[in-house]
Amino acid sequence: MSGSGALENANPLIFQRSGARLLTATDEDEDVHDPIDDREIFDILVAMSINDPEHPLSLEELNVVEQVRVQVNDTDSTVGIEFTPTIPHCSMATLIGLSIKVKLLRSLPDRFKIDVHITPGTHASEDAVNKQLADKERVAAALENSQLLEVVNQCLSTKSL
Amino acid sequence: MKDARLVLAERFNAHPDSRCWHVAWNPAGTLMASCGGDRAIRIWGKEGDAWKCLSVLQDGHQRTVRRVAWSPCGTYLASASFDATTCIWKKKQDDFECLTTLEGHENEVKCVTWAPSGNLLATCSRDKSVWVWEVDEEDEYECVTVINSHTQDVKHVVWHPTQELLASASYDNNICVYKEEDDDWECKATLEGHTSTVWSLTFDPSGQRLASCSDDRTVKIWKCQNLEGSGVCSCATVEDAFGVSRYSPSLTVTSMCCFNRRHVLEVCVHSVRVSWTDRVRYCLVSALHPFFNSQSIYVTITACLQCLRTQCQLTGALVTACGDDGVRVFKEDVTADPDQPTFSLAAHVSKAHSQDVNCVVWNPKEAGLLASCSDNGEIALWRYQEDDE
Repeated sequence: MSGSGALENANPLIFQRSGARLLTATDEDEDVHDPIDDREIFDILVAMSINDPEHPLSLEELNVVEQVRVQVNDTDSTVGIEFTPTIPHCSMATLIGLSIKVKLLRSLPDRFKIDVHITPGTHASEDAVNKQLADKERVAAALENSQLLEVVNQCLSTKSL
Repeated sequence: MKDARLVLAERFNAHPDSRCWHVAWNPAGTLMASCGGDRAIRIWGKEGDAWKCLSVLQDGHQRTVRRVAWSPCGTYLASASFDATTCIWKKKQDDFECLTTLEGHENEVKCVTWAPSGNLLATCSRDKSVWVWEVDEEDEYECVTVINSHTQDVKHVVWHPTQELLASASYDNNICVYKEEDDDWECKATLEGHTSTVWSLTFDPSGQRLASCSDDRTVKIWKCQNLEGSGVCSCATVEDAFGVSRYSPSLTVTSMCCFNRRHVLEVCVHSVRVSWTDRVRYCLVSALHPFFNSQSIYVTITACLQCLRTQCQLTGALVTACGDDGVRVFKEDVTADPDQPTFSLAAHVSKAHSQDVNCVVWNPKEAGLLASCSDNGEIALWRYQEDDE
């Protein structure tokens, strides 16, 4: 974790944010059932920021999450997210993945199966991180660790846009 | 094959607003103990037609209680927790008191289990170790060994039903089998074959076979050859899906002194036949994977087979709990060669719970009665029924 000292990635590439979702007529019609879709999940994630005082950037601005890497199937109750660490040796990859997972666990109905993994080929320890994120026993234990939970919650504190 | 089905008998919320990790029947099959993310253990008994909570054991653990296990006599209950401790509870009339707390693991204890004799207890942890504890008549517990054969988190430990043999499953994808020798416990076999975390193990009632389930979405059946004499001294491992076999050199000496006959077995590994000569003790004989749905790469089901429990002694069926919310019962095809058994899906409830099923267990006395528990905090009871023509 890059708390203090030299930055791992001093000059991250900053990406432009996508605009607000365009509302359609049926979106405002209370009688129409709106399935949960990719954009809705993406909107949940974009505001998340990595708690780095020198890079108070959202996951979207860092291109860690992209809407094309969010796959939702409301009927099957599955959500798949690929996230892209800013650099292949990013030591925060597990923490970012865990934060995304926690954010979705808190935001989505319980019926959803949430799969969070690294965009293939973008991280040196891809398999190890993916395996850890998929292990619900380890995720449950991690979230009982108050210090870790605090860091996750900081990641989840919505950045003012 | 006969028609079979699982019929829901009862469903109740056991750990409200929390996850129910595990449920265990007492040996008489009259009580259930459950545990969960709320740090509590609950004891359930039947009053009239309904299952009622008879007591709540709190204050034993500071964090999630991952697993509970009844002693073979039914008087003691052991609980393993993420707080790195294992508590031993003693039944006093209707209540339970905490007798002792076993400390020593560095972090989360994932499983605890009693040997059939009741004199030994095994625990395992994320600290990669398996501990064996000895119990004396004064209810004193002493650690007799710490085994470090796994390279990762150890998820499950299980004793052989008739011998002092212990098997463990790990995040390192392997299964280890241990035996006591000269006052020390040693790993006698490493079963390789799963391609992801092995979550749970179970021996069949005779102890001839071991079933394992994994995050790789397979159940594998391992056969143990010739347990007579000095017992299992396997040094064989199943290397991979292509059926390459490998001996572990460090164990060759041990195994050679154990066997005075040569055995040749033919093993079917993922449809590739390989022949092994002697020294092979556990080998993969069957794998059940077409039954577990995998989906396209983006929407892979996160979870896996969380738990797999004893083959029901009374019906001879194997049951799995799955991260896809399903409970499945498998029956062995009676016409198949016992050395190459095949199993068929006999009953399947695809939405047994509204969330992951963490554990499923046969009642030890009542044929076909099953308990399952889920991330949503519920326990459900099922009856497995086969229709006679």
